[in-house]
Amino acid sequence: METLPATGLLSASWLLIALPLAGAAVLLLGGRRTDRWGHLLGTGTVVAAFALGLACTVQLAGLDERSADVDLFTFISTGNLDVGAGLLFDPLSAVFVLLITGVGALIHVYSIGYMAHDPARRRFFAYLNLFVAAMLLLVLGNSYVALYVGWEGVGLASYLLIAFWYTRPAAATAAKKAFIMNRVGDVGLALAIFLMFAQLGTTSYAGVFGEVGLLAGGTVTAMGLLLLLGACGKSGQFPLQAWLPDAMEGPTPVSALIHAATMVTAGVYLIARSAPVFDETPTARTVVLVVGAITLMIGAIVGCAYDDIKKVLAYSTVSQIGYMFLAVGLGPVGYAAGIAHLLAHGFFKAGLFLGAGSVMHAMNDQVDMRRYGGLAKKLPVTFVTFGLGYLALIGFPLLSGWWTKDAIIEAALDRGGASGWLLGGVAVLGAGLTAFYMTRLMLMTFFGRARWEEGVHPHESPPVMTAPMVVLAVGSVLAGFLLVQAFPLQAWLEPVFGEPEEAAHVVAPVTVGLVVFLVMALGIGAAWLFVGRREVPTTAPARVSPVVVAARRGLYADAVNESLFMRPGMWLTRALVWLDNRGVDGVVNGTAAALGGSSSRLGRAQTGFVRSYALGMLGGAVLVAGALVAVTTA
Amino acid sequence: MSDFPFLLAMIVVPAVGAAVLAALPPTRQALARQLAMAVSLLVLLLAVLATVAFDPAGDRFQLTTSVTWIADFGVSFALGVDGIALVMLLLIGVLVPVVIGASWDEQAESDGKRGPRSMRTYWAWLLLLESMMVGVFAATDVFLFYVFFEAMLIPMYFLIGSFGGPNRQYAAVKFFLYSLLGGLVMLASVIGLYVVSNSQLGQGTFAFDALRQLDIDPNVQKLLFLGFFVAFAIKAPLVPLHTWLPDAGAEAPVGSAVLLVGVLDKVGTFGFLRYCLPLFPDASRDLAPLVLVLAVIGVLYAALVAMGQSDMKRLVSYTSIAHFGFIALGIFAFSTEAATGAVLYMVNHGIATGLLFLAVGMVITRGGSRQIRDYGGLAAKAPLLAGVFLLAGLASLALPGTNSFVSEFLVLIGSFPREPVFTVLATVGIVLAALYVLLMYQRVFHGPPREVLGDAEAQPEATGGGSTAVLTAPAPARTSRVLDLSRRELAVVAPLVALVIGLGVYPQPLIDLIDPAVQATMSDVGVDPGGSAPEAPGGTD
Repeated sequence: METLPATGLLSASWLLIALPLAGAAVLLLGGRRTDRWGHLLGTGTVVAAFALGLACTVQLAGLDERSADVDLFTFISTGNLDVGAGLLFDPLSAVFVLLITGVGALIHVYSIGYMAHDPARRRFFAYLNLFVAAMLLLVLGNSYVALYVGWEGVGLASYLLIAFWYTRPAAATAAKKAFIMNRVGDVGLALAIFLMFAQLGTTSYAGVFGEVGLLAGGTVTAMGLLLLLGACGKSGQFPLQAWLPDAMEGPTPVSALIHAATMVTAGVYLIARSAPVFDETPTARTVVLVVGAITLMIGAIVGCAYDDIKKVLAYSTVSQIGYMFLAVGLGPVGYAAGIAHLLAHGFFKAGLFLGAGSVMHAMNDQVDMRRYGGLAKKLPVTFVTFGLGYLALIGFPLLSGWWTKDAIIEAALDRGGASGWLLGGVAVLGAGLTAFYMTRLMLMTFFGRARWEEGVHPHESPPVMTAPMVVLAVGSVLAGFLLVQAFPLQAWLEPVFGEPEEAAHVVAPVTVGLVVFLVMALGIGAAWLFVGRREVPTTAPARVSPVVVAARRGLYADAVNESLFMRPGMWLTRALVWLDNRGVDGVVNGTAAALGGSSSRLGRAQTGFVRSYALGMLGGAVLVAGALVAVTTA
Repeated sequence: MSDFPFLLAMIVVPAVGAAVLAALPPTRQALARQLAMAVSLLVLLLAVLATVAFDPAGDRFQLTTSVTWIADFGVSFALGVDGIALVMLLLIGVLVPVVIGASWDEQAESDGKRGPRSMRTYWAWLLLLESMMVGVFAATDVFLFYVFFEAMLIPMYFLIGSFGGPNRQYAAVKFFLYSLLGGLVMLASVIGLYVVSNSQLGQGTFAFDALRQLDIDPNVQKLLFLGFFVAFAIKAPLVPLHTWLPDAGAEAPVGSAVLLVGVLDKVGTFGFLRYCLPLFPDASRDLAPLVLVLAVIGVLYAALVAMGQSDMKRLVSYTSIAHFGFIALGIFAFSTEAATGAVLYMVNHGIATGLLFLAVGMVITRGGSRQIRDYGGLAAKAPLLAGVFLLAGLASLALPGTNSFVSEFLVLIGSFPREPVFTVLATVGIVLAALYVLLMYQRVFHGPPREVLGDAEAQPEATGGGSTAVLTAPAPARTSRVLDLSRRELAVVAPLVALVIGLGVYPQPLIDLIDPAVQATMSDVGVDPGGSAPEAPGGTD
């Protein structure tokens, strides 16, 4: 991969990160003085970053090589290790910058209204700015170390924001869980970086990608699998998916920005960015495919069973990122498709979360869909924008998801052979389940009889909240067409992923489209049969099939984690603490006492210590002098 | 300017300051603390000037002073620093004023047995400790090093034993016995070195540079190595020689605990680098696997035990044991990157854990208890304190952006090419670090705010288990405004907060100081500083 030094506006791309970082610093250090205008500053920095990102992208489009490298300063240099702090603005980072700052700016605006009555709104905007800065570093860094710094930075921001309402124990616990499970993934990413340095002597993208082809196959596979572990942690993929639904404890704009549109897709970015590594290792790519396929099914199945609107959307995110993993796991034919789905998903899922927030706002923060119903008339703007996002997500023809999800399903089938059929089949089935759980959500929320709790008077949200929802809804409708048809992302990303080979279609695209449409319609129909046609009980029915029970418990992911890691870990910790207090200390003390003659000497030393000490010093001095004399005279 | 005896001045100034303080009448507390602060700031200034005068590209030891001390035995009062020792002096220079500032308003209470104590004594011991610590890092004569190594125990013994928590006597004696035992074993090796130098050079010497040139029989090397190693492995405790530290760290007054784990214990890891590796290269290489096993066990074992602690100060002490494991790994992996990382780790750990100890101390000041279970929801009442605590905790778990990340990253990435298995095991420690930090933070600061905290009446009794600490700070008033950090407390933590972030973003100036000394050490031990990582197949970029 060739990188060229940046010129013009592109050489100022560090400002993209500096703006929101400065915003966060001012808001955190400024304290209460900034309470009155803090939210405006926080929004302003992200809007400015978006404008700058747009200008940079325009300039990038005019360059022949479409890549701009900015060296900032030497971060760490010792021995053979030389890590520069530097940025790479190329087509891939450009689309992420626009997604992060664009959707980010909208969510900042929305938060002005959503958090209006929270006494800690300024702190909220500080953390959001911190997140945007770290996320931009993640996608703009020109080395794996820079990525890693941003990677853990977004983890911190995610921790702070999930725990934003920290007086609620559930929020505090969810934040900790998210951080810890992410760290498990981070071990993988860190080890991948160590392996790169050990084998290639560098951690920069340019250095690693230039030489990864010369390494032994097993080494590259290890590298790919370690990167995948990191990606699974950050993106909530199997087996590290259990933290993401809990992360919904954070304020809803956080769920929209971090846990739907941007941070959780960082794993997809990592794999796509590491395309030159994964291109060399079909084994690791296969594992990516398997992880993606398993996760998309887990997310879709569990999404059908939850009654908490945010958790359904969270499992939907898990499932949709599974599609993206599936896409990038296909290799060169899938990278652009995966990124296109990621961008489109960024629009409609952010819109859906903001819509969910608007519903919660109207319903006194109720999240149980069994206490919703009949909200379409009360919340018309929310209903329409949410509805468009819903149609985009389930892949309704001509809306975003239709363009981008069908492309992934086609690419999976085009893989050919049994694996192609299997993956394609899973992806199609997942589309049906998606249609089912999302239709169920729509029906329970906006249609049917009002099942509101007493004292709830739903009202539409203020314009500062609905305006971003409208913009995102427009994006949900158009993004797919724009990214696939009008301005093909594939061509834009060619400098990064290379020219894709024209795949021979195993199944004609028209047939695929028809089948997917039918399956989607089946999903909608099933949802209407089970939910729309009947009265929705206000409490979840207890007598249900074992499948539903399992789905309600997230397919036992928490139970497995608890019995495999948490409980044994707790026992181990307790045993070691006991051992350390009684065993190790006791043995060492005992030995010391034995050497000293009797344990009572320790007791005596405590009372007349200064005397004993003086005696000890004297003894030591005599010993030294005697030894020296003996040596010199010998 | 480089002719000025900076190192001697840094030893003499605080020692004289200590003497003056001790001579003050006990009633002059305000004067005493101002004097102590002035002296410690002067030492900081000297350390900074010494750094300016130091040329990283110059001789290995600079700013040297040498006076013959005991001519018959070849002992001289020889001082000098390489980059490694210099950064430790900077750390001492920064931490001592911070620690004095942290104890600014504290009162020393009589424990009834020994009559009244005065804070002036506390600050005098601190300054004497500073003097001894400078000496131990600046000595270039092995005998002089030994003298400082032992003498350093005296002020620390009194700081813990006279001003510590309820179990201070037990903790102080335990600390002392362990250290003394290690010191005696080391003394045997010091004499052994003298014997060898006597037989090889015809005249015995303790000068480090002369001893480094000796060609010692590998078996003798092993014995001598072990003598030094045991002393250092007790000081920077490696499991299983660590059990004195949790007691000492928990019972010591917060400021002394900062210096204990921040600086004093680093003499151990410093000793590995300065004495074990260059003087006994063959033994170091032969016995490295043993040390690496202990190091990695320390990383994992201490992290797990830390997680199970109910006492915040003990918890932080255990995290330090885990961190010392990382440092030992970096030193005994024998690569420039890892060893540079280890030295940086010594500095960064002093700053980060110092900050964490101070933050824990500020929590204890407010709640009157070291027990985690006595707290909850403190963030709502003291958001600034929560922020500082969290930052210190994040530095402790080596989050990128904080100083500790750079050092931990260097240790691991530098060790990996040579010791992949040990490195992978140690890397698992980063998950455990996240656990022990966030568990403690959640239990103390998150959740519904607890009422006890605002209640000044409940404070003195809350400690539980016998008498309270000797050092007590005035309890903050009941309103939540005052429960948060005071201006003085902010001023105390501010320099460390700035260093945590500053050195996390731009660590290279410090690395440039350390690097040449590490390379010299690596060539002493027979590692080609340029060849510690395999060549890239297509040449490096």
